[in-house]
Amino acid sequence: MSIDYSEKIPNNVDLAGDRKLQRALESWQPNFLTWWKTMGPAVPTEDVYLRTAVAVGREGWAHFDHVAMEEYRWGVFLAERNSDRRIAFGEQKGEPVWQQVPGEYRADLQRLIVIQGDTEPASVEQQRRLGETAPSLYDLRNLFQVNVEEGRHLWAMVYLLHAYFGRNGREEAEALLQRNSGDLDSPRILGAFNEETPDWLSFFMFTYFTDRDGKYQLGTLKESAFDPLSRTCEFMLKEEAHHMFVGTTGVDRVVARAAELMREHDTDEIAPHGGIPLDVVQKYINFHYSVSLDLFGSEQSTNAANYFTAGLKGRWQEERRKDDHVLTDDAARIQLVRDGQLTSDEVPALLALNHDLQSEYVSDCESGLKRWNRVLEKAGVGRRLTLPHVGFNRHVGVFSGHHITPSGQLVGEDAWEAKRDAWLPTEADKTHVRTLMRPVYEPGKIAGWIAPPTHGINDKPFDYEYVHFP
Amino acid sequence: MSTTTDQPEVSFDTEPSAYRHWKIDVDGEIAQLRLDIDEAGGIVPGYELKMNSYDLGVDIELYDATQRLRFEHPEVRAVVLTSAKDRNFCAGANIRMLAQSSHPWKVNFCKFTNETRNGIEDATANSGQTWIAALNGTAAGGGYEMALACEQILLIDDNSSAVSLPEVPLLGVLPGTGGLTRVIDKRRVRKDRADVFATRSEGVRGKQAVEWRLVDEVIPKRQWDEAVAERAAAAAGRSTRPAGAQGITLPPLQREVTADGIRYQHVEARFEREQGLVEITVFGPEGDVPDTVERVHELGAGFWPLAMTRELDDLILRLRTNELELGTWIVRTKGDVEDALAFERVIAEHSRDDWLVNEIRHYFKRVLKRLDVTSRSLIALIEPGSCFAGALLELALACDRQYMLEGFMEEDSQEGEPAQLVLSESNFGAFPMSNGLSRLGSRFYGDDDTVAKLRQETGRRIEAVEAMELGLVTDAPDDIDWEDEIRIMLEERASLSPDALTGMEANHRFVGPETMESRIFSRLTAWQNWIFVRPNASGPDGALRRYGTGRKADFDRKRV
Ligand SMILES: [Fe+2]
Ligand SMILES: [Fe+2]
Repeated sequence: MSIDYSEKIPNNVDLAGDRKLQRALESWQPNFLTWWKTMGPAVPTEDVYLRTAVAVGREGWAHFDHVAMEEYRWGVFLAERNSDRRIAFGEQKGEPVWQQVPGEYRADLQRLIVIQGDTEPASVEQQRRLGETAPSLYDLRNLFQVNVEEGRHLWAMVYLLHAYFGRNGREEAEALLQRNSGDLDSPRILGAFNEETPDWLSFFMFTYFTDRDGKYQLGTLKESAFDPLSRTCEFMLKEEAHHMFVGTTGVDRVVARAAELMREHDTDEIAPHGGIPLDVVQKYINFHYSVSLDLFGSEQSTNAANYFTAGLKGRWQEERRKDDHVLTDDAARIQLVRDGQLTSDEVPALLALNHDLQSEYVSDCESGLKRWNRVLEKAGVGRRLTLPHVGFNRHVGVFSGHHITPSGQLVGEDAWEAKRDAWLPTEADKTHVRTLMRPVYEPGKIAGWIAPPTHGINDKPFDYEYVHFP
Repeated sequence: MSTTTDQPEVSFDTEPSAYRHWKIDVDGEIAQLRLDIDEAGGIVPGYELKMNSYDLGVDIELYDATQRLRFEHPEVRAVVLTSAKDRNFCAGANIRMLAQSSHPWKVNFCKFTNETRNGIEDATANSGQTWIAALNGTAAGGGYEMALACEQILLIDDNSSAVSLPEVPLLGVLPGTGGLTRVIDKRRVRKDRADVFATRSEGVRGKQAVEWRLVDEVIPKRQWDEAVAERAAAAAGRSTRPAGAQGITLPPLQREVTADGIRYQHVEARFEREQGLVEITVFGPEGDVPDTVERVHELGAGFWPLAMTRELDDLILRLRTNELELGTWIVRTKGDVEDALAFERVIAEHSRDDWLVNEIRHYFKRVLKRLDVTSRSLIALIEPGSCFAGALLELALACDRQYMLEGFMEEDSQEGEPAQLVLSESNFGAFPMSNGLSRLGSRFYGDDDTVAKLRQETGRRIEAVEAMELGLVTDAPDDIDWEDEIRIMLEERASLSPDALTGMEANHRFVGPETMESRIFSRLTAWQNWIFVRPNASGPDGALRRYGTGRKADFDRKRV
């Protein structure tokens, strides 16, 4: 049976005209579907009200309909090509961007794409069982939207591997389906992607903090001199924005509900009343933020410097930066621990590129905190949420091996461990959150630990039947 | 045309009437090859070839002479290598030339001279042309090394003529043309004596030279001519060369050189300068296969195996010397597999009983060896329409990697046949490498079962998937991957350090046992090339540069 992929796979890469690519994707697609069925969302559904990208234009990627998830039209989309585009940074700055992979950088580019590609299906696997405890149909639908789009991001990376990296690329594309989150024999590449997302608070935190790391990684790849990668990431960033919206508003609603319960019962101890106490929210923030910071890699990195110099990976919004974009003579200041003191040091700017990206991320994260605190303020609650110090609970980079409190004090191991339970979610906290996780599948209804959203999806009301069950 | 500045383009064309430095006299079964260097005849300006010292130009003529003796003079059974200058055989490579030369030039020069000396030994071993060094004067350094390549060394006993290897004490480099190796390996000089000999600039003469086995015989001046003639006659008497054989003529090679490549009748090279590579195509035979050995003789230099080999030899030498920045050689063949095999059968059938066919086989063997020691990345591309069969398959096996197209390219008509390889008996020892193994034997070193299994596959056409299974090719991409795989692989290669590649390839190409020949290339040459770049030799105060200035070298005394 032959499948007309030009119909089946929405795309703007002239798939129909590329027999080579078509054949490659032909052999990969069935494996993807098998993976989706076995590792994708566990809750059986009839169909889901989903957004499907059918083109890169404004209307094209906001096309909504009820679709059966396994028939979701995972497409391949690259942002429009700018034929004058030039390399914006590094040694080859000013030269035309590459439409093919230069052999010299094949291994590095492939590695970057594989690492990015590995995270996409990983999050689907991590969130596999969350649907069983969705607080509303609206939330269930959002979860599935994030899932199918992570699936599409996998397609995007697989497209690059197939189209530009030959046989080796195809083997890597295959391996993206063979590694699985938490699998003892064949785990996902990055440690953080091997932890199950156990509850919806974690899901919101993940989409807020960890997807945001993804956003910044994509932002650096969007600057890449390898144009197809750049265009792929540019379009992925649009979708990623929705994932972070799910995280931001999700935490909004948890916080709003907490405030509501606190006032209703006039206590911070809202756990007995079916809420998530702000203390627990703060601990989840501390955990997810610190784990996501680790994903940036070491603050001082020669790999990052090499990627930059070669033109493979730029800085966040590279073209808006006002410097020479080569950075061989520049310096940067990074925080570190020396002689038992938190201090800062000047290092070559090229070596501090991960730190640079991390700093952009940190200030972006602040905005969510401001927002959640506004919710508290409006609700008349005095308590505020904060981001912990960047050195808190770190296992990668210059702070790893040191013990730094959320407020930024360098302390001894014992002192730190003694306070651990005050800073990071305890078993009791997690158990409490888990006990709150009961599915609510009735249209218009919502679980008691979270407030309903202020708007529905695509102007539909909150009680719209976003998901149909078989 | 050359990408290397201040280096002239070198041609390897010459013939006896054009020699400036050698006199060749053939008298029946004995040839006299006399070194008579024209001081003003350096191949590049800047030095005089005093004391019968040589440079690349002198060696190009010597190489030509060795080839002509084998092909044009089958009647010659012994070659007497001597000097036309009184009391001076040869002072070796010209020092000023070495001092002024770039590193690549020195390395190339040494490689070529080594190959020529190996060729001399090959003539003695396989052509029934025994070379005898008649040292009628002092043989120093490269001069003595030239003698070492001969089967016998006769030294005139005049109380002053000596043999010596003064490189270490005088120049701070090694006798790099096989000298150190041959003294102990071939002449079996004891290592302590070899040590004394190689550090004593004045060398050894007379009886001591015989006692230390540095020469075979010392002969008083009065009896010199007579004794030399006797030894030559005796060697000739032991020769296996047939009486009354008629030589063939080696006419000048026809080639068209342009900015983009070199085109011969059976070999073509296209330069891709931007990518730093050259695409070499060897065209298989055309026309009728000679049905008798007489017909082979009639065809002579026009007989495809010989014509192709000469052209390939010339191309390798030119590329190696003139095109330093074309770091990757892509090797293809084009032609009919059956025709290639048919010509090869002629060689296989007659190489035992016909001197000419035997010469052709050994010549192709030597050219393959040249490829083996070429410091370029060698990549074989095996595509439909190629004829990597039997002897020609050796070209692919000599490469560092082999890529074979599975099926057809889309745009090609699907008619015809996909790419094929054919193994023949030739691949199992007819063309040994310098380590003494066949290329298959080297490829599957230590795995005799595989080699034995492959032997059963001879004569069959092997397509890509099977070639992959048999381990004959590195990869067999189909048309979908072919272009990308090859492009990326070549670009990746081009981005790697040329020095590291040279070292890596040289290490991978030669596995297993060492022979005197392989040791000369792998050990002596590698050490020599290291010494050449060290300040102690080539620095402004180094021994090579200070030689002849009256000032002593200023060594960095650290042992490394
Ligand atoms: Fe994603
Ligand atoms: Fe995402």
